[in-house]
Amino acid sequence: METLRFTYSGGLPVGNQAAATLVGVVGSGNLEILVERQSLAGACEVEVITAAIGFGTIWQSVLDDFFARHGLADIRISINDVGATPAVVSLRLDQAIASFLAGPQ
Amino acid sequence: MSSYYEASARERLQGVLDPASFEEIMPPGERVVSPHLRQLDTPAAFDDGIVVGFGLLSGHKVLVAAQEGGFMGGAVGEVHGAKLVGLLERARDEKPAAVLLLVESGGVRLHEANAGLIAVSEIMRAVLALRGAGVPVLVLDGGAFGCFGGMSIVAKLCDAVIISEEGRLGLSGPEVIETAGGVEEFDSRDRALVWRTVGGKHRYLLRDAMILVADRIPAFRQAAIDCLSLRPDLSLAALEAEHALLASRMERFGACKDAVDIWRHLGIADPAGLPLLEADEFIAATHDKRA
Repeated sequence: METLRFTYSGGLPVGNQAAATLVGVVGSGNLEILVERQSLAGACEVEVITAAIGFGTIWQSVLDDFFARHGLADIRISINDVGATPAVVSLRLDQAIASFLAGPQ
Repeated sequence: MSSYYEASARERLQGVLDPASFEEIMPPGERVVSPHLRQLDTPAAFDDGIVVGFGLLSGHKVLVAAQEGGFMGGAVGEVHGAKLVGLLERARDEKPAAVLLLVESGGVRLHEANAGLIAVSEIMRAVLALRGAGVPVLVLDGGAFGCFGGMSIVAKLCDAVIISEEGRLGLSGPEVIETAGGVEEFDSRDRALVWRTVGGKHRYLLRDAMILVADRIPAFRQAAIDCLSLRPDLSLAALEAEHALLASRMERFGACKDAVDIWRHLGIADPAGLPLLEADEFIAATHDKRA
């Protein structure tokens, strides 16, 4: 298992949506993503705990790409991963943000 | 999307309860994760594979738990079990209209061995104490991973099991039986054999499940609403009746080699055709011929 941390700045603030949203499941080839609003001095912090070791540069690319699409400020993203492919991770990130911005169900 | 089988635990809760009425206890943001999995270098889930909370069912307050089969087969670890026990004990204090258990579990989480076993025994005791206090406990079983091991015992301790054809209920899972008894005893890859042995239709016919529903979330919801009027009966007479039913089952079906033999025994006209029927056709063909 490996823990990876990424920090992004320059994102746009979000409104008063849900305080937290969880999407996905911790299962083989899948991942769960928890999105929380948090005061981080405008930063977006991502923590990834993954069962697959040695894929840090690929996570960096996927998350850079994600932040270019959805640059948000004061957001904490926590991921538990069991070897999801980059495409699955990207789709889950999009789902997580869409669900978060939609607010409580 | 309204397939119960395909939905996640969280989607099922949203669909079974009244819209926007669910409130989660110990949500994922609290990060109460398994202390054991990290030691085994295995990723944990923020909710440890179970969602617990409260909401409204047709306007009545209910407490609910939903197991997520996608995380370790819904298996019961220490935190997972403690969340369920805590919910059941809370129900004893709050006396809601019912407790709904949206089960999907292979039983004890083997990674957590003794802690998981103790958790399952605590769940059993809490279910019986709650029923003894007059609160009905309803089981909804229609997930991809079924309900096996210790959780199947829990399910059978409850007031009613609502199951879909896709749902499965059994003590030992198909792979466990094959491992222990050999492939000649039970071929776990024979899907038709598995479903006619532990699947929802057979459980309904044997009265292990009270209600059979189609694989739709609204169908599960309606069946749960219909069960709100149930009152737990833990009297000696009720237990003796249950034992008599189980004894008569051995007498009637002890010589049967396959579920189809049992269905023929029940007087069903075309037993081999049962697996192909939709839920409503199936119920029409069999409701007066159950064991």
